[in-house]
Amino acid sequence: MLEVRGVAKNFAGFQALGGVSLTVSRRSISSIIGPNGAGKTTLFNVITGHLRPDAGQIIFKDRDVTGIAPHDLCRLGMGRSFQRTNIFPRLTVFQNVQAAFVSHRGRGFNLVAPVERLYREETEELLEAVGLSRQAGEVSGFLSHGGQKQLELGIALALEPEILLLDEPTAGMSAAETRDSIALIERLASDRHLTLLFTEHDMEVVFSIAQRITVLHQGRVIAEGTPEDVRRDGEVRRVYLGEKHR
Amino acid sequence: MPDPSFVFAQSLSGLTAAMFLFLIASGLSLIFGVLRVLNFAHGTFYMLGAYSAYQIVQWLGAGPGMFWVAVLGAALGIAVLGGIVERFLFRHLYGQEELYQLLFTYALVLVLSDAAKIIWGTQQKSVSRPPGLTGSVSLWGATIPYYNLFILLLGPAIALGFWFVLQRTRAGRFIRAAALDRETLGALGVNVNALYTGVFVLASFLGGLGGALVTPVRTIVPGMDTEIIVEAFVVVVIGGLGSFWGTFLGSLIYGQVLSFGILFFPRFSIFSVFALMAAVLIIRPWGLLGRPLK
Amino acid sequence: MLAAAFFVPALGSRFYTFLANDVAIWALFATSLNLLVGYTGLVSFGHAAYFGIGAYTTGILMKQLGVPFLLAFPAAGLLAGALALVFGFFCVRLTRIYFAMLTLAFAQIVWAICFKWNEVTGGEQGMPEIPYPNFEWIDGVAAWLPFVGGYRASEYFYFLSLVLVGLCMWSLHRIVRSPFGRMLETIRENAERAEFIGVNVRLWELAAFALAGVFAGLAGGLFGIFNRGVFPDFAYWTKSSEVLIMTLLGGMGIFYGPTIGALALIVLNHQITSYTEYWSLILGSILILLLFVFPGGIGGAVAALWRRLQTRVHHA
Repeated sequence: MLEVRGVAKNFAGFQALGGVSLTVSRRSISSIIGPNGAGKTTLFNVITGHLRPDAGQIIFKDRDVTGIAPHDLCRLGMGRSFQRTNIFPRLTVFQNVQAAFVSHRGRGFNLVAPVERLYREETEELLEAVGLSRQAGEVSGFLSHGGQKQLELGIALALEPEILLLDEPTAGMSAAETRDSIALIERLASDRHLTLLFTEHDMEVVFSIAQRITVLHQGRVIAEGTPEDVRRDGEVRRVYLGEKHR
Repeated sequence: MPDPSFVFAQSLSGLTAAMFLFLIASGLSLIFGVLRVLNFAHGTFYMLGAYSAYQIVQWLGAGPGMFWVAVLGAALGIAVLGGIVERFLFRHLYGQEELYQLLFTYALVLVLSDAAKIIWGTQQKSVSRPPGLTGSVSLWGATIPYYNLFILLLGPAIALGFWFVLQRTRAGRFIRAAALDRETLGALGVNVNALYTGVFVLASFLGGLGGALVTPVRTIVPGMDTEIIVEAFVVVVIGGLGSFWGTFLGSLIYGQVLSFGILFFPRFSIFSVFALMAAVLIIRPWGLLGRPLK
Repeated sequence: MLAAAFFVPALGSRFYTFLANDVAIWALFATSLNLLVGYTGLVSFGHAAYFGIGAYTTGILMKQLGVPFLLAFPAAGLLAGALALVFGFFCVRLTRIYFAMLTLAFAQIVWAICFKWNEVTGGEQGMPEIPYPNFEWIDGVAAWLPFVGGYRASEYFYFLSLVLVGLCMWSLHRIVRSPFGRMLETIRENAERAEFIGVNVRLWELAAFALAGVFAGLAGGLFGIFNRGVFPDFAYWTKSSEVLIMTLLGGMGIFYGPTIGALALIVLNHQITSYTEYWSLILGSILILLLFVFPGGIGGAVAALWRRLQTRVHHA
């Protein structure tokens, strides 16, 4: 479904990504891990069109989408959540999700209809699915961190994506919040037949749900495979645990 | 083909205008670089510098050396004014949205320019050249007033001095650091508040100095502040927001474009500077010598 | 409130009619700017350019070419909008301070052209004596409709302004409450995220810029006639700052905020200039005061108060 081929990206002499390749198959749950600064967010930014790579291609659903503007990419079925929570702070929870529906269903250029009436049912359903029904009328900026992450998920799902890219979805969460969040994501993914690609620091999360893991270090892929393969990989152990390569 | 000595004279007059503009624009650029705000009131400081110099000359009479006392006094006075404004008013707006900070500087323009009208009225004022710099010299067929020559030498001298302070002194290093990353600077234990006040004071000094020095060359009228601030904006944009030599370069370019514009396309001279400003913003927004803002 | 405004001339004083007309036109101008500043989050320092273009368009068409108001008025909006589209195309490619500077540059270019193009714009002197629209047909109507006849031209123009401003404000209100308006708000709140819900941010910003220009142009068209003359300072940067202050003063997060700002500022101006010529001093001081006490502008403070009252009622 998604293929990254040989993507490289330099920032003023610093090589953030040096020839990264990976494949994500339909309806799978894949994860990208790596120490800080490994280039995970940069890779995400390249995939989602925020950055143009210096080399390489992004193939999505058999189509070269390298460098396509984000707003076009999400119409093709790619959804994304952000590491720093990215919601619309002064709009209410309801309005946040509703805006996503409005945009996605192509009504954005309508200059006359009162926006309040559009997509009310769909928004309510989605808020129910992500567990924010009770907070629908609250101003989203005042939500707890976990609540904002749920909202982000809701916004991303309103776009009816086929693949969901989640950038550190459990960052800043307590253990309980993390468990709930992951359970929610898993359920939503299976209900909506989503493909998931996420980056994470929390190894427990990764090893519990990922089917394939790609390990990045200093902008390069150092290991790829099933959780078991990666767990046993010597290079990975060295990078993460400092063990001497045996 | 116009007379070469005429071209030369025009060029020099453009350079002179550029030097005055540089004094104001450098203060503006400094405040923007460190405090990240466009100080609309800077033009008004310039105007107040001019009025203050006039006033001091009125008090002290036109004796020898009095002009220089007036200039220095005016510049220092404006520096103090700047310090007071920053310390007691502007400082409280630092956390707020930039738009409100801008609005504050504009409100200052309103208050201070009217204050000037109250104190000095609306009649034109002028100050005569200091004795010793009256008269002119003939250079390559053009008549250059001595005072203008003085300004042409003083401008680059101040630029170099300023540059020296920025590059070689401790205070200068702090200023440059603050322009790049003020949070880290604060975390390192530097008194950022005092630094900001200092920067404001320095910039106001330059603005007031510019105003005081321009008095023998231009009449002092209300409205000179709104006129000069837009010119300063053009300069700073062309040269690069926050870049020191960019401001110098921008002033030079502005001066030349304006003086030759008046010469060849008198109706379009004003138009051409703004067209230049727009062109720079379209093609290379961070200016000729600036760097993209973060 | 609009209905009440219609009765102002009945108060008899020419001054009140004049004042109300002034407020109405500036309210439209300020609300058009708010579309950019308050709803899209784009701060323009050069909005007066479109106001000036609108005024000059109507002025030139009516005075020099004898075009009837019915055509000259929309032309003002169209030309201003067209220019906003062109200028906006370059402006929206920039962010924040650069955007603001470019809007300023373009506005000053417009001003410089108006200032110097003597043949067309009258240059520095401007164009005095713009004619009122033709109101003679009203006398015919007055024969069989009561209350309609017997007013001065300035009063007829006032009614006309009210109607037109009312229509424009209603349109702006519709726009702001539409999906388009909501998309603008998402851009203001978080442009990065807006991109990722499918909003082509630049395109929307350009559209907002152009629309704001259209309505500013319409306001300008009215103002040229109201002011009985069109002058280059309509496009000067200080005019842009006046309208920006009105928008901020009244509260930019609220639709009627700029209207309140316009009302407050103009009424205050007229009151104070009758006592002293130092209006700038008073205005500046008030602004400084407001900045330190009410960051949300008058409208914002009122709205906050309203919300506090509402929560108190809920909890009671």
